[in-house]
Amino acid sequence: MREIAAPIISEQVARLCIDANYYLGADVLSALEEALAKEESPTGRAILEQIIENAGIAREGEFPMCQDTGFAVFFVELGQEVVVTGQTLEEAITEGVRKGYGEGYLRKSIVSDPLQRVNTKDNTPPVIWIETKPGRELKITIAPKGGGSENMSEVAMLTPSDGAEGIKNFVVDKVRRAGSNPCPPIVVGVGIGGTFEKVAWLAKKSLLRPVGDRNPDPFYAAMELELLERVNKLGIGPQGLGGRTTALDVHVEVFPCHIASLPAAVNIQCHAARHKSVVI
Amino acid sequence: MAEAIRITTPLTDDVVKKLRAGDSVFITGIIYTGRDAAHKRMVDLLDKGEPLPVDIAGHLIYYVGPSPARPGKPIGSAGPTTSGRMNAYAPRLLAIGSKGMIGKGEMNAKVAEALQSNCGVYLVSVGGAAALIAKSIKASEIVAWPELGAEAIAKLTVVDFPAVVAQDCHGGNIYQEGIARYGIK
Repeated sequence: MREIAAPIISEQVARLCIDANYYLGADVLSALEEALAKEESPTGRAILEQIIENAGIAREGEFPMCQDTGFAVFFVELGQEVVVTGQTLEEAITEGVRKGYGEGYLRKSIVSDPLQRVNTKDNTPPVIWIETKPGRELKITIAPKGGGSENMSEVAMLTPSDGAEGIKNFVVDKVRRAGSNPCPPIVVGVGIGGTFEKVAWLAKKSLLRPVGDRNPDPFYAAMELELLERVNKLGIGPQGLGGRTTALDVHVEVFPCHIASLPAAVNIQCHAARHKSVVI
Repeated sequence: MAEAIRITTPLTDDVVKKLRAGDSVFITGIIYTGRDAAHKRMVDLLDKGEPLPVDIAGHLIYYVGPSPARPGKPIGSAGPTTSGRMNAYAPRLLAIGSKGMIGKGEMNAKVAEALQSNCGVYLVSVGGAAALIAKSIKASEIVAWPELGAEAIAKLTVVDFPAVVAQDCHGGNIYQEGIARYGIK
């Protein structure tokens, strides 16, 4: 057994919240640079330049790159030999969010009740997904999720006869309908299989992969590239003002499913594709 | 892009009429912030026949909920939020003299109609370019509903705030024009 004191976790989580919001990942930056080189629309190019410049200002000035510093979503890999002491793991992460969003001057975007809508003022609670793994390590990944792009996401319960074509049409149509709203250029997270709730989780989890990373299964890697091409033919472009760069990437994650089902989910991520990990 | 047009608030009809979808602009002057919660409250006041806490005649409403300011800074990061959520409210504010909105993403046909009938303009800034946009904001003062936190109405003093005309008072719509130009069947 390996004991980890809750305050150590909270401290690391606070840092993750801040770093994820101040420092755009190298994967996203290089995808933006590549898009800038290829973009045909002058307005589109001007927007991509602003997004790249913005990332620099945020990094150097230690500002959040976007004012929407998101719902704090965590994917945790908990080594089976790890014991968290002092608080539960969820409490320790929640405390870290409170601290990070406060000390980092990050926006508090969470209301305590979906209909009565009173701000919790510390951006808690976070959303936490925990998987157990063998070993003595605790890996915590944060993916702060903005509201504008999250709103453009959808689950569809397709039938097996819809097949790959049905999935692809659903994804492309979803991106088309999302249009200018989710702050393109976007990253499209696609889940296929599992159950109603599992497929949404898969779509979300696919967004943790670095931009440019392909599904290890060649069948799905090819589907990702085909979807990326189709999405970029829509003409939506940077910020929806027209252009070739609607998406920087498409990620597909799959899971076994019921003989009667073909669940599909699209989780759209804005260009502030933030994800940061720490291993304790 | 073509040379940006410099505009100063409050805006007159003559200035608004010159703005065409696709034009780049730099805005200088006062703009007021407001997003979901503040719009609901403003429209509730209008429904009751009561005055708004700020006089928006001639002014632009910026759909933004900034991040907190660091000590010594006027504001935190301050990029636009998705305007479509304000579709239901925007025509009401245009009808009482607001000259338009700043946000991101297309607004619906009712808003387009209201822009034409009230001589208003819908401008967009780059969603997610929030640290860059904040550099053009020189002062921020909460003028209504501080209890709404990031959603309170603030009076911003801006110099050369960067934006693009998305939907104009002549029915022009850069979103539809952009897809028509760059979409591939």
